[in-house]
Amino acid sequence: MSDQERTLKFHILRYNPQIEGDTPTMKTYEIKEAPGMTIFIALNEIRETYDTSIQFDFICRAGICGSCAMIINGQPDLACRTLTSKFPEGEIKLLPLPGFELIGDLSVNTGKFMRQMSERVESWIHDKYAENVDLCKLEERMDPDTADEIYELERCVECGCCVSACATKRMREGFLGAVGFMRLARYALDPRDKRSDEEFYEIMGDDDGVFGCMTLLGCQDYCPKDLPHQTQIAYLRRRMAMIN
Amino acid sequence: MKVIYTDSLVIGGGLAGLRIAIASRQRGYDTIVLSLMPAKRSHSAAAQGGMQASLGASIKGEGDNEEVHFEDTVKGSDWGCDQDVARMFVNTAPKAIRQLTAWGVPWSRVRKGDRQVVINGKKVTITEKGEAHGLITSRDFGGTKKWRTCFTSDGTGHTMLYAMDNKAIELGIPVHERKEAIALIHEDGVCYGAVVRDLVTGELLAYVAKATTIATGGYGRLYAVSTNAVISEGIGTAIALETGVATLGNMEAVQFHPTAIVPVGILTTEGCRGDGGLLLDKEGYRFMPDYEPDKKELASRDVVSRRMTEHMRKGKGVPSRYGDHLWLDITLLGKEHINKNLREVKEICEYFLGIDPVKEYIPVRPTQHYSMGGVRTKPTGESPNLKGLFSAGEAACWDMHGFNRLGGNSVAETVVAGMIVGEYVADHCAATTLNINTKLIEKFVRREENKIMNLLNRDTGENPFELRKEMQDIMMDKVGIFRNGDDLAKAVEELKVLNQRAKNIALRNRIASSNPELVEAIRVPKMIRLAQCVAYGAMLRTESRGAHAREDFPERNDRDWLKRTLTAWPSEDADLPEVAYEELDIMKMEMPPGSRGYGVDNTVHHPDTEKRVARIEEIKTANPDADRFEMQELLNPIEIPEKFKGKNERTGRGFK
Ligand SMILES: Cc1cc2nc3c(=O)[nH]c(=O)nc-3n(C[C@H](O)[C@H](O)[C@H](O)COP(=O)(O)OP(=O)(O)OC[C@H]3O[C@@H](n4cnc5c(N)ncnc54)[C@H](O)[C@@H]3O)c2cc1C
Ligand code: SF4
Ligand code: SF4
Ligand code: FES
Repeated sequence: MSDQERTLKFHILRYNPQIEGDTPTMKTYEIKEAPGMTIFIALNEIRETYDTSIQFDFICRAGICGSCAMIINGQPDLACRTLTSKFPEGEIKLLPLPGFELIGDLSVNTGKFMRQMSERVESWIHDKYAENVDLCKLEERMDPDTADEIYELERCVECGCCVSACATKRMREGFLGAVGFMRLARYALDPRDKRSDEEFYEIMGDDDGVFGCMTLLGCQDYCPKDLPHQTQIAYLRRRMAMIN
Repeated sequence: MKVIYTDSLVIGGGLAGLRIAIASRQRGYDTIVLSLMPAKRSHSAAAQGGMQASLGASIKGEGDNEEVHFEDTVKGSDWGCDQDVARMFVNTAPKAIRQLTAWGVPWSRVRKGDRQVVINGKKVTITEKGEAHGLITSRDFGGTKKWRTCFTSDGTGHTMLYAMDNKAIELGIPVHERKEAIALIHEDGVCYGAVVRDLVTGELLAYVAKATTIATGGYGRLYAVSTNAVISEGIGTAIALETGVATLGNMEAVQFHPTAIVPVGILTTEGCRGDGGLLLDKEGYRFMPDYEPDKKELASRDVVSRRMTEHMRKGKGVPSRYGDHLWLDITLLGKEHINKNLREVKEICEYFLGIDPVKEYIPVRPTQHYSMGGVRTKPTGESPNLKGLFSAGEAACWDMHGFNRLGGNSVAETVVAGMIVGEYVADHCAATTLNINTKLIEKFVRREENKIMNLLNRDTGENPFELRKEMQDIMMDKVGIFRNGDDLAKAVEELKVLNQRAKNIALRNRIASSNPELVEAIRVPKMIRLAQCVAYGAMLRTESRGAHAREDFPERNDRDWLKRTLTAWPSEDADLPEVAYEELDIMKMEMPPGSRGYGVDNTVHHPDTEKRVARIEEIKTANPDADRFEMQELLNPIEIPEKFKGKNERTGRGFK
C-alpha cells in the first residue's frame, strides 16, 4: 500500500439491453486511489459519484460467493478481491464475463447457467435410501481423508471464470465446461452417491462432455479457487474411456 | 398486472429459506423461492466456522448432549432467549446435521489416534477414540463447554448451502432470481403474499400464497462497517414492519464480532481462536486472560468484543490510519493447520491485507456481525399478529439467541428452524384455502407502483446514497458496542430527520428497469425505519444484557427488563415505532436466570428467580428417578413436530 495518491482510469463497457437502441460503448471514469482499494470499492465510488446507472454484482465482497467475476485487463477474475494497486499503470479495463447472458454493463446471468449445469449433471447425492435415513441414529461413517478430498472439489463458487476462459465452450454451445466436470468429479468421488460409471457416462461421455475438452486448461489458469481441473479432467476421461 | 399463485412463498434463498421450501415440497405443496441473486450466493455461504450440534464424537466433545448445548445457549443469550425455542433447537440440531450429511455435506471427520492441538497457547496432544473414527468431528468455539462446532475444513456455510440448494434443485423447486420483495399483501390480520420487483426488467409482480415466509437474513448493513454481505440490508424484516401489523422482536440486540480485519470489516472466523489463536495488543501482550481468566479468548463474543474495546480505550490498541486495532495471532497454529482448516482466512489475509498469517499477525477490531432481532414469531415460526406470515433464520426473532448468539448457533438455527417451521408452514398450507379478492392484490401493487412513479418523476430532492451513509454513520457512532443514553437519544432524533428526508428522494437516473439507484431509493427509507427500531429500542432499554451494553446502566436488570422488546410501525406518518414489551415468564423456565460467569456479577434479580429455583428443586426431589428426558418433560415440556421427537444416538452411549 503506497501512500501516494494516484488517479486511476477505469474503462468500462456500458450497455443496457433493457433500453431500446442502446449500443455497447466503452466509457472512462477517473477516481482517486485509496489505500487497500479493491475494484469493488472503486466501482461503488464510480456509481455513487459519476453514474448511478452502472450495473455490477457484488455480494460477499470477500471472494467467497462468486458473484463478481469479470474480465479485468483481459483476464477473468473476482473483482472484489482484486486490489487496484495490482495495476502499476493505473489503467483498468473492465468487461462483462463472456459466455453468459448479459444483464447490463458488468452484470451477467451466471445463475441461470449454473442452475442448468446443476440440473444437467444432476448435482446431488443419488441414493434412493437417503430419504429414509433414520436421523436419530449415528450418521454413516466416512473416511476422514475422503471427506477432505470431496471438500477440495466442492470449493467451486460457480463464478464462471473457467467457462469464460474455455476455447471449446466458445465453439460448442452445448459443451459442459470445467465447472460441470468438477461437479461430476466431486460426486463420482463421494461414496454416498450410488451412481454407476455408466450413469456418469450418460451425462458426460460425448463431445459435449469430457471427450470434447481440448485440455488447453484455461480453466485451470483462471479458476480463482485453484481447483485441480487438469487432474480431474484427466481422471474423468480415463474413467469414462474404460466404459466402452 | 401479473399474478403468480403458489402454496408456500419463500422470500430468501439462504439456508433457512431453502430448507422451508424443501419441507413444503416434500409435504406435497407448490413452492417458489425468491432471491435477490442466485441462491448459492446467499450470505449463508460465508459462514466459515461451523455449526453447533451436540454429537459429542470428538474426544473433546465427550459428554456433550442436548442439556449442555441448552445451557450454553441460554447463558449465551444472557437469559434473553425463549427457552422453549432453545429446547426445540438443541433437541433437533443433531438430526439436522445428520440430514445434511445424507444430502451431501462433506463434514470433517474424526480420525482415530493422536493429534496435536493448541489449547490456551500451548501445544497439546489429544487422542481420538477408535470407535469414533469416521464420525463428524467438532472444534472449540467461544462460550461453549464442549467442543461442539462441526465444520467442513474452512467452508462450512458453503458446503451446507450447496447441499441445500442442490437438494432444492433435485426436488425441482423454482428459485426466482433477481427478484426483490418490496411489500407484503395483507388484510384483516392475514398475509396473502408479496409485491415483488423484477430487478432486471423493473416489472412489478404479485406473488400470492397461503403461507409467506420471510427468510431474508440479517440487517448488518445498517452499520457502515459490517462483516455481512452487502445485501444483508434487512429489507424482508422491513416489509414486515411496514405492514403496521406484524411486530419485530429485540431489534436493539446487535452482535459485534471480535475479529474482523481492519479496515474493510471482512470476517476472520471464530475458528481462529477456537483452534488456539490469541489476541495481542500493541506490545504483543496477550491481554484476554487479565480480563477473563477462565475463558480468555474464548469467552462469549459480546464479552470479548467489549474487552477488546476496553483495552483499546486504555491506549493499548495498535494505532493505524484507520484508527486503533489489535492483533490476532494464529502463527502458533502452524502452516499445515492454517492451510487446511483456516485457508479462507489465509486467502482473505493475502488478498485484502497482503500479509501471510502463517508468519504475520492479523489486524482486527470488533465489527457488526449478527442481528439477533427480527420478525417476531411464535415457536411455530408464525407471526403472532399476522396470520400466514412466517419467518426463519437470521431474519426472524424466533428467539433462541436472546441478546447474544453463540458462534455456530446461527447456521444451526437456519437449518433447524427450516425443518421445524417448514412443517408448520406445510400444516398451514394443509389447513388453509386461498381466498383473496383480486382488488386487494391490485391495491397493493398500485400503491408500490405509485411510490416508484413518484421517485422517478421527482426533479430535485435527496440523494439516496447520502441518506444511507448518514444513517450508517449514526449507527456506528451512537448505537455501537458500548451505548449510552445521550448518544442514543441523539441517534433517535437524527434518524427522525432522516426518515423525513427519505420521503423526498430524487434520482439522477430516472428509468424504471434495472437501475441500481432506484433499488437504493426503494431500500433506504426501509432501512432508516429499521435503524430507528434499533436505536429507539436501545435507548429505552436501561440495562445491559448480552450484546446490548449500556455504560450508564451496566447491570443486567432482570427485575425490570427480563422482557422482549416488540416494535411495530402502525402509522406511515410516524417517525418512531410503537414499542411494547413481552414478559419472559421465569416460573416456566427450565433454567432460571443466573450468572454467565464473566466479570463481576451485578445482576439485579427478579423476585421470581428464587421461587423458580426452589420449585425446580422440589420437582427434582419429588422425581428422584427421572432421567434427563423425563426431567426436561417436567421442567420444560415443548411441542415439536412428531417426526423430530426421537432421541439422538451418540457414540459410546447409545440413546442415553
Ligand atoms: C462472515 C460471516 C461468517 C459467519 N460464520 C458463521 C459460522 O461460522 N457459524 C454460524 O453459525 N453462523 C455464522 N454466520 C452467521 C450465518 O451465516 C447467518 O446468520 C446465516 O447464514 C443466515 O442465513 P439465512 O438463511 O437466514 O439468510 P441468508 O443466507 O443471508 O439469505 C438471505 C436470502 O434472502 C434473500 N433476500 C434478501 N432480501 C430479499 C428481498 N427483499 N426479496 C427477496 N429475497 C431477498 C437473499 O437473496 C438471500 O437469498 C456468519 C455470518 C457472517 C456474516
Ligand atoms: S481444459 Fe480447456 S477445453 Fe477443457 S474445460 Fe478447461 S478450458 Fe475448457
Ligand atoms: S471451477 Fe473455479 S472458475 Fe469455474 S466456476 Fe468454479 S470456482 Fe469459478
Ligand atoms: S462479491 Fe462475492 S466473490 Fe466477489
